[in-house]
Amino acid sequence: MTESSVIRIENVTKDYYMGRNVVHALRGIDLHVERGEMIAIMGASGSGKSTLMNMLGCLDVPTSGDYYLDGVHVNDLSDNELAELRNRKLGFVFQGFNLLARTTALENVELPLLYDRSGRQRDTRALATAALEMVGLGDRLDHQPSELSGGQQQRVAIARALVSEPTVVLADEPTGNLDSHTSVEIMALFQELNRQGITILLVTHERDIARYARREVEVRDGRIIRDEVVRDRHQAAEDLSDIPDPDADDAPAAAEGAS
Amino acid sequence: MKTATLVRVAVQSILKNKLRAFLTMLGIVIGVGAVIIMVGVGYGAQSSIEKQISGLGTNMVMITPGESRQGGVSMGSGSFNRLRIGDYDKLKREAYLVSGVSPVISTWTQAIGGQGNWRTSVNGVSTDYQAIRDLNFAYGTWFTENDVRAMRKVTVLGATVAKNLYPDTDPVGEQIQLRNVPFTIIGVLQSKGQVMGMDFDDVVLMPYTTARSRLSGWSRLNFIVASTFSPSDIPAAQDEIRLIMREAHDIGQFEEDDFTIRNQDELASAAQSATQIMTMLLAAIASISLLVGGIGIMNIMLVSVTERTREIGIRMAIGARGSDVLTQFLIESVVMSVMGGLIGLAIGIFGGMIIGWVTGWNTATPPQAIVLAVGFSAAIGIFFGWYPARQAAALNPIQALRYE
Repeated sequence: MTESSVIRIENVTKDYYMGRNVVHALRGIDLHVERGEMIAIMGASGSGKSTLMNMLGCLDVPTSGDYYLDGVHVNDLSDNELAELRNRKLGFVFQGFNLLARTTALENVELPLLYDRSGRQRDTRALATAALEMVGLGDRLDHQPSELSGGQQQRVAIARALVSEPTVVLADEPTGNLDSHTSVEIMALFQELNRQGITILLVTHERDIARYARREVEVRDGRIIRDEVVRDRHQAAEDLSDIPDPDADDAPAAAEGAS
Repeated sequence: MKTATLVRVAVQSILKNKLRAFLTMLGIVIGVGAVIIMVGVGYGAQSSIEKQISGLGTNMVMITPGESRQGGVSMGSGSFNRLRIGDYDKLKREAYLVSGVSPVISTWTQAIGGQGNWRTSVNGVSTDYQAIRDLNFAYGTWFTENDVRAMRKVTVLGATVAKNLYPDTDPVGEQIQLRNVPFTIIGVLQSKGQVMGMDFDDVVLMPYTTARSRLSGWSRLNFIVASTFSPSDIPAAQDEIRLIMREAHDIGQFEEDDFTIRNQDELASAAQSATQIMTMLLAAIASISLLVGGIGIMNIMLVSVTERTREIGIRMAIGARGSDVLTQFLIESVVMSVMGGLIGLAIGIFGGMIIGWVTGWNTATPPQAIVLAVGFSAAIGIFFGWYPARQAAALNPIQALRYE
């Protein structure tokens, strides 16, 4: 725990007002994330892990406490500054992929670069292509989401998260809509990216998924109740051979309604 | 995002829903099309009236008797007629900027001859009248200075009179009775057509000297017409005529004119204002459909914002600002309305051409109407797209992402 932490959360609380009732979603969270970590945030629904994720994703600001992302004090930022921070320092991967429909993989991945306001002159097309090649979709550049399997769609989403070279990749239930074989494939990809030095934070409620991370944080009732190194860390690439592929080819997205 | 990228994104998302975009545009298409056609028709009617008025003569200036006032009550134009032959003689002698001048002594009478009789306007004029009014002959010729001096009983018939009394024949040399006085027909005019319901062909012309001695018997002139050498001389000629007339009528320095001088433009502008009111009225009615089209765009944009809540959430999560989202939706509605406007413009020009072809009017669409139509449809896009775009920009990214 140093000042150089990528993410530094100190005694953060978050209250929601629903009519006259106050919901204490977060009741005092301390969390430090170092560069190059791969952390799984566990918790049942209602535990506050989604609120924590929104906070980490700069989509929301704490009621009290401090959040520093890469040294920036997030509490003080305006909506526009938050948008800029999300654009430059964060990459999002969602459970439902959240790609733009009827838009090619390449254009989807290009999108964060188009919202970049730093004024850098970059070849957005080339960067997006490189990101898609990194996730193994170099041959699917012009495919629309409807022409891709669930696993491929999630790979496009990961490429989109990576393209702006973020400080942290935030993955919210990234395997929630995928079958078990594809889930492990995606985790293998995350592990590979982490090996290359990318900091990854993933939210999940599945212990099987969490064990691919290096560190496990469990949230319950708005507090962190467990924060420890994963002892029986699995290598997804090795597990892959043990899990039968339900389809010979690319499996379509399984409609599991996990949240 | 760069503007070019924003426009591309907007066009892409419009193309994703072609039928809906087309139906939405239809309101603007019909609105702009209707406005363009109406303006074109009004413009055509106006230019046809202008053409008729300019056909009445060239560089014409008209001197009419002024109104008289009795204790502040206007008695109306011509109520105190002080125009006399002397005024004409003085103008003829002294006005240098005037190429021709003619008195007009007018009276109504029954013309008897040929196939029967016909009630018409008899005008006594000078020889200059032919050039001033730009008269052309179907048969025969105009009268001469000798005819004027000798007060000969010669007459020139307008096309309508000739058509009614001597259909399909050349009446030159025939006798015609006006107030029981026989006149010899020496010419028949070509048709000038009708202007604002007035038939300028329903007329019989003769030397003013003859008209005064044989028909009217009074010394007043109904009006005096003059023409200048070129259109640019008209203002100076009007000033010159005014000075001569004031001298002739012995009007003191601080007294008002007892006559009115108007040029052809002023006559034309009176006619124009009538057609302009009609054009504006038609265009106003047509603009209502433009307004309805705008409401259609607003409606669809609101639906679109709701449908694409998740997309907005995604864009915000990866770094779009509220202003980026606002601009995106605003550009979408503007692109849609401008595209509708352009299609409407094409239809309007085409429709105007068809109407022009049917009516024989020159229904050319004025260029400012084109600029106005495109500008106005863009303004509608912004006005009616603003509220939905505002709604989109104000979405909370967390809730937008969770929206199913």
